[in-house]
Amino acid sequence: MTDKFISIEGIARRYPGADGGQISVFEDLWLSMSRGEFGCVIGHSGCGKTTVLNILAGLDEPSEGAVIVDGQAIEGTSLDRAVIFQSHALLPWRTVLGNVSYAVTSKWRNWDRAKVKAHAQKFIDLVGLTGSEHKRPSELSGGMKQRVGIARALSITPKIMLMDEPFSALDALTRGTLQDEVRRICLETGQTAFMITHDVDEAIYLADKIFLMTNGPGAVLAEIVENPLPKDRGRIDLHRHPYYYALRNHIVDFLVSRSKTFAATVTNHDPRNVPIVRPGLSEPTIVASPKMIETSPAQTIAR
Amino acid sequence: MTSSLRFRAAIVSIVLFAAFLGIWHISTRGTGTVANMTPEYAKLMGLTATAGKSAMPGPLDVGAKLWEHLKSPFYDNGPNDKGLGIQLGYSIARVGLGYFLAVIVAIPLGFLIGMSPLFSKALDPFIQVLKPISPLAWMPLALYTIKDSSISAIFVIFICSVWPMLLNTSFGVAAVRKEWINVARTLEVGTVRRAFTVILPAAAPTILTGMRISIGIAWLVIVAAEMLVGGTGIGYFVWNEWNNLSITNVIIAILLIGIVGMLLDQILARFTRMVTFPE
Ligand SMILES: Nc1ncnc2c1ncn2[C@@H]1O[C@H](COP(=O)(O)OP(=O)(O)OP(=O)(O)O)[C@@H](O)[C@H]1O
Ligand SMILES: [Mg+2]
Repeated sequence: MTDKFISIEGIARRYPGADGGQISVFEDLWLSMSRGEFGCVIGHSGCGKTTVLNILAGLDEPSEGAVIVDGQAIEGTSLDRAVIFQSHALLPWRTVLGNVSYAVTSKWRNWDRAKVKAHAQKFIDLVGLTGSEHKRPSELSGGMKQRVGIARALSITPKIMLMDEPFSALDALTRGTLQDEVRRICLETGQTAFMITHDVDEAIYLADKIFLMTNGPGAVLAEIVENPLPKDRGRIDLHRHPYYYALRNHIVDFLVSRSKTFAATVTNHDPRNVPIVRPGLSEPTIVASPKMIETSPAQTIAR
Repeated sequence: MTSSLRFRAAIVSIVLFAAFLGIWHISTRGTGTVANMTPEYAKLMGLTATAGKSAMPGPLDVGAKLWEHLKSPFYDNGPNDKGLGIQLGYSIARVGLGYFLAVIVAIPLGFLIGMSPLFSKALDPFIQVLKPISPLAWMPLALYTIKDSSISAIFVIFICSVWPMLLNTSFGVAAVRKEWINVARTLEVGTVRRAFTVILPAAAPTILTGMRISIGIAWLVIVAAEMLVGGTGIGYFVWNEWNNLSITNVIIAILLIGIVGMLLDQILARFTRMVTFPE
C-alpha cells in the first residue's frame, strides 16, 4: 500500500534562456504513484507535462533531482517503460506487423521469426487491427495508427505505460473505444499507467489519481485529486454517478481559474506534500496529507 | 484525363522533333553558291566549298552514320578506331568505378557527420574548401601522383561524385525525425542497429537524391576528363573525331552521351522511388 512504485523526487527542468539566463519549466517537483495505479496529468498547454513524461521515459534528463522506479534511479530509457507518443511515431516504411515486430525483436533479441510474428499478431488482434497487418501507416486512419502505437507499447509487456495525449487527435467515437480498450488492458494486466490529457472526462474515466499542474513557466503540481468513482465505472454512465459533477467541476474550476492564480494566492505550498483532494457530494475538502492517506485511506471519505 | 494529357504531350514532342529535323535538314542543304576557284584549289577545299555543301552534316548523314555504328558497335581496329559501344563501355566503367568508391567513402562519412555534431563541426571547413574545386583541377595532381591516366580519370570521378552524396547523407541523417529516434531509444535499440533500422531507411530518400545528383555530375565530368587524358572513352572519341573533322561522328557521340546520361539518371530515379515511403 505504501510502496512508491514510481517516485519523482524534486526534479527541475531548465532551458537556457534568450538573455543568457535560465528559463525554468518547473522546479522541485515531487510526485509518486503506487503499482497498478493509473495517473493522469492535467494542465494548460506549455506547463511542462510532456517534459515530465519524457523525463519519466528517460528521453529527457532533469536538471536536478531524480526519478526512482521500482527502487532504482532511472538512467536513460528502458524497455520496462513503454511510451505511446502523441504523434503515434510509427515507422512509415514498415507495415503494421513490421512496426510491432520491431518492438518485439528489440525486447527479445534471440526469438525466431515465427515466434516474433505470433507474439506481434497477438497484440495486433488485441487492439482490433486483425486484417490490417500488412498495411503501411500511410494507409491507416488516425485511430488505427494510434492503435498500432498502443499495440507496439503493449507488445513489450512493460511495467509502466507512459502516454502523451494518446487520443487527442481522434474523433469522439474512436477515442471512446480506445479508452475502453486501454482501461480494460490496464486493469487486466495490472499496468501502472501515466497519461497526459486535456480531456477532463477522459481523466475521470481512466484515472485513479489526477495530477493538476498550474500554468508555466515555473509550473507546480498544485494538487492531487483522488477519483471517488468506483473502480468498475463505465464510460457511458459515468455522469450518472453522484460524485461525478463534483469531481468534474473541481477540475474544470482549477483549469479555468485556479491554475492561473495559484502561484499568487497560495503561499504555503509544499511541493513535497501536495494536498490530496477527494471531491464528494458536498464541497470538496482537503482530506489529508499524503502520509495520512497512506496509513488509513478509509477515513478520507468519512470526513 | 491524364492519359489523354500524356498522349497530347507525346504528339507535341513528336511534332517538335520533326520540326527540328526539318529545319536542320533545310539549313544544312547545299546553298548553291559555288566559289570561283582553280581546280587544284577546289580539290584542296573539298566538297564544302566546291559544291556549296554545308560543313554541317544534315540529319540524313547523321542517321546513316548512326546506323553504321549501331550495326557494329564493338569493333576494334586499333587505338584510334574502336566501336562506339567499346568507347561508351570504357566511360561507363570509369564512372561506375569512381562512383562506387565515392559511395563507399561518402555514405559512412556522411553518417558520421550527420550523427555526430563534433565531426560535423570539425570536418565542415575541409568540406567547404574542397567542395567548390573543379574536379578537373585535380587532374594534373592526379596524373603526377598516380602516373596512370585511366586511374586519374577514375579519381576525378570519385572526387566530383563524393560531395553531393556526402552532403545529402549527412543532411538526411541529421534531419531524421526526432520521434523515430525516440522510438528506437525507448526500445533500447543499440547505436548500430538504430543506424540500420531507423536512420538508414529514414534518410534513404535524401541519400539517393544525393546519389542521383552525383551520377549526373560524374557523367558530365567523364567526357571532359577523357578529352584530357585521351586513349579511350567517349570523351576521347569526341575529341578524336573533332581532330578528324568528322562532325557527323561528333554529333552522334553527343547524342549518345545524352542518352546514356538519361539512362543513368533513370536508374537512380527508380532506386529513389523504391526507398521512398509515403507518410
Ligand atoms: N528545447 C526547448 N528549449 C526551450 N524551451 C523548451 C524546450 N522544450 C520545451 N520548452 C519549454 O518547456 C515548456 C513545457 O513544454 P512541454 O512540451 O512540456 O509542455 P506541455 O505541457 O506538454 O504542453 P502541451 O499541452 O501543449 O503539449 C514550454 O513552455 C516550452 O516552451
Ligand atoms: Mg505536450
